[in-house]
Amino acid sequence: MTQHKIQFSPVMRVRGLDLYYGTAQALFSVDMDIPKHQVTALIGPSGCGKSTFLRCLNRMNDLLGSVSIQGKIEMDDGTDIYDKHQDPIQLRRQVGMIFQKSNPFPKTIYENVVYGLRIAGVNDKKTLDQVVESSLTRAALWDEVKDRLDQSALGLSGGQMQRLCIARAVAVGPEILLMDEPCSALDPKSTAKIEDLILELRGKYTIVIVTHNMQQASRVSDYTGFFYEGKLIEFDRTQQIFTNPKNQQTEDYITGRFG
Amino acid sequence: MPSSESEKAFVRGEAKKFWREGEYNVWFSTLSIGGILLMALTLLVVVTINGLGAFWPSKLALIKLKEGTTYLGEIEQTSRQPNSKEQRIQVKIGNRDLYSLDFKWINLDEVESITYPEEVIALEREEYGNFYGFLKEVHSPDLASGASGLEAIWGLGDQAKTNLSKLSAELRAQAEEMESIRLRRLDLAYKNPQSPRLAGLDKTLAEMGVVFETQVSAQEQAAVESQAHYALFADAGGREKEIPLVKIHRFYYPNQMSLPAKLGHYAVRIYELFFTEPRESNTEGGLFPAIVGTVILVFTMSFVSFPLGVVAAVYMREYARKGVMVQAVRVAVNNLAGIPSIVWGIFGLAFFIYFVGGGIDAFFFPERLPTPTFGTGGVLWASSTLGLLTVPVVIVATEEALGSVPSEIRHGSLALGATQFQTLMRVVLPMSSPRIMTGFILAMSRAAGEVAPLMITGVVKLAPSLPIDLHAPFFHLERKFMHLGFHIYDVGFQSPNVEAAKPMVFVTTLLLLGVVLLMTSFSIFLRNRMKKRFTGRTF
Repeated sequence: MTQHKIQFSPVMRVRGLDLYYGTAQALFSVDMDIPKHQVTALIGPSGCGKSTFLRCLNRMNDLLGSVSIQGKIEMDDGTDIYDKHQDPIQLRRQVGMIFQKSNPFPKTIYENVVYGLRIAGVNDKKTLDQVVESSLTRAALWDEVKDRLDQSALGLSGGQMQRLCIARAVAVGPEILLMDEPCSALDPKSTAKIEDLILELRGKYTIVIVTHNMQQASRVSDYTGFFYEGKLIEFDRTQQIFTNPKNQQTEDYITGRFG
Repeated sequence: MPSSESEKAFVRGEAKKFWREGEYNVWFSTLSIGGILLMALTLLVVVTINGLGAFWPSKLALIKLKEGTTYLGEIEQTSRQPNSKEQRIQVKIGNRDLYSLDFKWINLDEVESITYPEEVIALEREEYGNFYGFLKEVHSPDLASGASGLEAIWGLGDQAKTNLSKLSAELRAQAEEMESIRLRRLDLAYKNPQSPRLAGLDKTLAEMGVVFETQVSAQEQAAVESQAHYALFADAGGREKEIPLVKIHRFYYPNQMSLPAKLGHYAVRIYELFFTEPRESNTEGGLFPAIVGTVILVFTMSFVSFPLGVVAAVYMREYARKGVMVQAVRVAVNNLAGIPSIVWGIFGLAFFIYFVGGGIDAFFFPERLPTPTFGTGGVLWASSTLGLLTVPVVIVATEEALGSVPSEIRHGSLALGATQFQTLMRVVLPMSSPRIMTGFILAMSRAAGEVAPLMITGVVKLAPSLPIDLHAPFFHLERKFMHLGFHIYDVGFQSPNVEAAKPMVFVTTLLLLGVVLLMTSFSIFLRNRMKKRFTGRTF
């Protein structure tokens, strides 16, 4: 496995990550440094392990039961997130996640945004109001919903719901946002809005986005990692990957010869 | 013939479509649904007509036979004689104390005339059922001279009735007071046989006993005095009968009544049905205690069954490690649903009454033994038994409900740093609540219709007091209770006078259906609100 030496300050260091679903190995010794306050795109054909890898970063794989993991994922303060003293609840507050299918709770828009705060025990009305406004503004949704915060989130359009989910994740104040194909269920217009939002959030948050859409990866990301059959084949600046990939497989994939 | 050829082809095509597209299946489903609806409707209509018709004051027919005897009564039905083509009629002739049977079949070919005399009177009595006949004269020591008619002395009879019921209420209060002192004395004597307060209590009891005796004799005296207000009636054949006014519940002249008067009479009877106590071994009077008993039973059952079922299902679905063990438990739960309810009753008797109830008695009320307090059937144990019986329904429904919450939603919550418990309480349970409610509704209907287990866990034919009243602690769940379902069985099959009890069976069935319908509609209303709230787009 090649060591990717790129100049940036990493927020997370993944070292020698192996992952097994039962006995089947899904990730093979993945090493990756995730650059701080940049957008990192993970691309690759279906089943290559990119989503599995993404879920390792906030330990969502723990919920699947039969998953076992070897290797290390270090935060920038040096703690291993898979250390047995590490609390996954705490980790997930630092590493938020947006899912492929938008999943607002059947509550009001307001309650959706403050959900993360409420479960953390914050109930002060003033704080919550502030967070709702700032988060929705960050998610570019405030102007559209400010008059109907007390209405059900299920009445929003698909794109609005996805932005609400982003606002909900942002409200907790994470450092990293993981996005698992956030636009795959959206129409081009809503996709464009989410992409604008990602560019907007860049610089304030570290974003790791899994996408099937290579144009999207090239549009929104600073760095790109190419996964194939559970291995990280190449990881570099997006421009580099898309214009001058070092690896033949990467080039074949990007030029559409397979996948 | 090209046209008939194409027609044939068309028919063939249609037939093919009929089989291939499964249209026969649609017809089949339609038929079965229609059949089910028809059966349910028939049941409802039969029960409603028979039940609600029972209170209508129908006319009294005076039937004169060719051989000379006369009968007076309500014509109930007409049918063919068993061995000939002639018709016969069934007449409710009442007057059970005179004839011992209050229904009679009369062959129409033996009848000379049927008339409806204006002056016939119908009495609803406290005992022996209805009396049909003619008023002869009224007697009362306080009667103003020259007055006649039942109306003239009815007020006196009413006074006597009020007086008597007041006296017996006082008697009952005194008896209750004495009972509570007796229990206190028992308790004291058990804890400290040498207590100096015992003598004091004994003295109080003795004094109260004297008062009680005088009250008893006062009541007896009043009862005897009340007999002085009486009326003399004659039946169709002229046999005379003296009936004290206090024994007459109500009188009316059915052949003189106008439609509004009949409607008024009907309304009063319906009111009595809902709000008064039964009379005449449950075949007459109201169903109030049975209605209250049924409702309390189902409510108490809910408090046992719902929490237990939901918690068990949550554990099995959300927390338990998937595997053989959970699967085995699931199979066992499903099998529990198939156990005959009488077996549950026996289990309730053994576990709740003898074991738990007996334990409570031994621990908290040892002084009262061997008289049981909780160690005997009662609402609490009956509803606990029903609760266990319906737990499988709740578990299955809740498991399905929890399973129907999409994993994306759970993950969404967990990814925000929620614990599994927070996710459960704030997202999963609210979202599955409508489906859980469905389970509750099924469980409630099942519990309301169940009779067999109640018969050995505390239901009685006639309960002396309601399980809920105005004396602290208001809910007396150790008490025995009455129940509409058991009432149906008791009145319909255990009563000495089945024919007279028939209307009551229909009425009780109707009421039971009504109570179940009311409770389930309320739950369905709640469920729909939850559904709107948790899956709809508006609040």
